[in-house]
Amino acid sequence: MLFFNHFGRYLLMLKGMFTRPENMRMYWKELMHQCVEIGVGSLGIVIIISFFMGAVSAVQTSYQLVSPLIPLTTIAQIVRDTVILEFAPTVVCIVLAGVVGSKIASELGNMRVSEQIDAFEIMGINTKGYLIMPKIAACLITIPMLVVLSMVLGILGGRLAGVATGILSTATYDMGLTLNFVPYNVFFALVKAYTFAFIISTIPSYYGYYVKGGALEIGRSSTKSVVVSCVMILFADYILAALLLNK
Amino acid sequence: MIEFKNIKKSFGDKVVLDDVSHVMETGKANLIIGQSGSGKTVLQKCLVGLFEPDEGEIIYDGISFTDMNVEERKLLRQQIGMLFQGSALFDSMTVEQNIMFPLDMFTSKSFSEKLKRVNEVLARVNLEGVNKKYPAELSGGMKKRVGIARAIVLNPKFLFCDEPNSGLDPQTSMVIDQLILDITREFNMTTVVNTHDMNSVMEMGENILYMFEGKTEWTGNKKDIIFSKNERLNSFIFASEFLQDAKDMRMLEAKGKISDDRDMDKMLKGDKLD
Ligand SMILES: Nc1ncnc2c1ncn2[C@@H]1O[C@H](COP(=O)(O)OP(=O)(O)OP(=O)(O)O)[C@@H](O)[C@H]1O
Ligand SMILES: [Mg+2]
Repeated sequence: MLFFNHFGRYLLMLKGMFTRPENMRMYWKELMHQCVEIGVGSLGIVIIISFFMGAVSAVQTSYQLVSPLIPLTTIAQIVRDTVILEFAPTVVCIVLAGVVGSKIASELGNMRVSEQIDAFEIMGINTKGYLIMPKIAACLITIPMLVVLSMVLGILGGRLAGVATGILSTATYDMGLTLNFVPYNVFFALVKAYTFAFIISTIPSYYGYYVKGGALEIGRSSTKSVVVSCVMILFADYILAALLLNK
Repeated sequence: MIEFKNIKKSFGDKVVLDDVSHVMETGKANLIIGQSGSGKTVLQKCLVGLFEPDEGEIIYDGISFTDMNVEERKLLRQQIGMLFQGSALFDSMTVEQNIMFPLDMFTSKSFSEKLKRVNEVLARVNLEGVNKKYPAELSGGMKKRVGIARAIVLNPKFLFCDEPNSGLDPQTSMVIDQLILDITREFNMTTVVNTHDMNSVMEMGENILYMFEGKTEWTGNKKDIIFSKNERLNSFIFASEFLQDAKDMRMLEAKGKISDDRDMDKMLKGDKLD
């Protein structure tokens, strides 16, 4: 019952965002601001985790492939596919759910509790449109970009780790990368990225926007929004895999 | 003019507003007074639609606010200025950006024109040279004044102030009250002020609604207060002995009973007059 209650209010919130902007220029400015906050703001962490994810998967794959019958190029293929299919979209988005999600939820929560949302509302501004929509749009714009960047860096990380640990040469790695490459995987990863970006932005917005109480509740709702977003990401991950990868 | 009839509002089981009706007049400072927790803030928020009343009707200049849809309310709200009890300044913006925000959103003036207007309203609230400061760097009273500046920057037709001078020293308080009165008259606004400050009541009380536990207890103006026999109102307004004496003296004066300074002395000592 409670679930339907939340879900209904969540849908109404999304519907409420779509009214004519009071001033297009201000909405655009806010969108650009959020793109910088969300996209550029989480660039550092995305670079670091992608690089190490690629590196670790290269080393661990070679550790698991004990048979001398398997060619070394397989390592590069496995790194490429796991990074593109799972690591870049899913792991990065789970991390972003923590970084971006808690930021969105606590920012909106603080504005709600200190009556700033009411103050916007009283000026005749649609707060769902002005405060939430730019955040969602910014996530939809920047997160897929970050995911693509993460793919590139992950594969690069695997390459560097492979060479540094003496597992395989750059030439072998590069050859492996082009073997049996399926472009559809990249499309699939982007579908995931957009889905997760939507989850990461809308769920924390919902929890932040409807906070009641004080500082304690802001913290709680921000934690809750991250937990719910992560669960939803994994759930959506499974559904998308079942729908799009099932042969 | 804002008219409201039979407003009721409860939170869960707790009845906060119980059948409150009144008319807020144009060109006057209309006061809502009452003890802490009597429902002043809730009433004001019902009037502007931040809370939806359970029952009752609200009418702005003859048009029913209760029946308006979201878009119509948005348009009306562009003519409303509101100062919140906790100021509600946007904490990611500087003072200047805070006050300029409504101008940015709803006018197409050039930056220098907007800046001129911002400095104008800042000067009116006696606050200059804080343009580049963030709300977190201001004192409570300064935040209040920035809040007022932001509320009046678009010259609203309806101004709502929730305790504009709580947290201000008596002198600044008077300046703010005077400012609210001045702009109300100058622009013929309908101003609604929540207060439990005795000075403000006596200074601006042209139309007073006294609330007690969510009900209308008394209505009138500042002159009526002196002669009111309502005990709750008396003990609320003239809470201290000093003010009680002042009231007694005013009444006697009005009846021509205080003749010389000796009587005054006696009264101030608490003795009964003969
Ligand atoms: N959002 C809310 N949810 C539940 N109860 C509320 C809410 N807002 C106010 N109340 C209750 O309504 C009553 C009136 O509150 P209100 O804030 O209107 O008082 P007030 O007259 O403005 O007091 P003060 O002078 O201290 O500001 C209080 O008992 C308060 O507990
Ligand atoms: Mg109050």
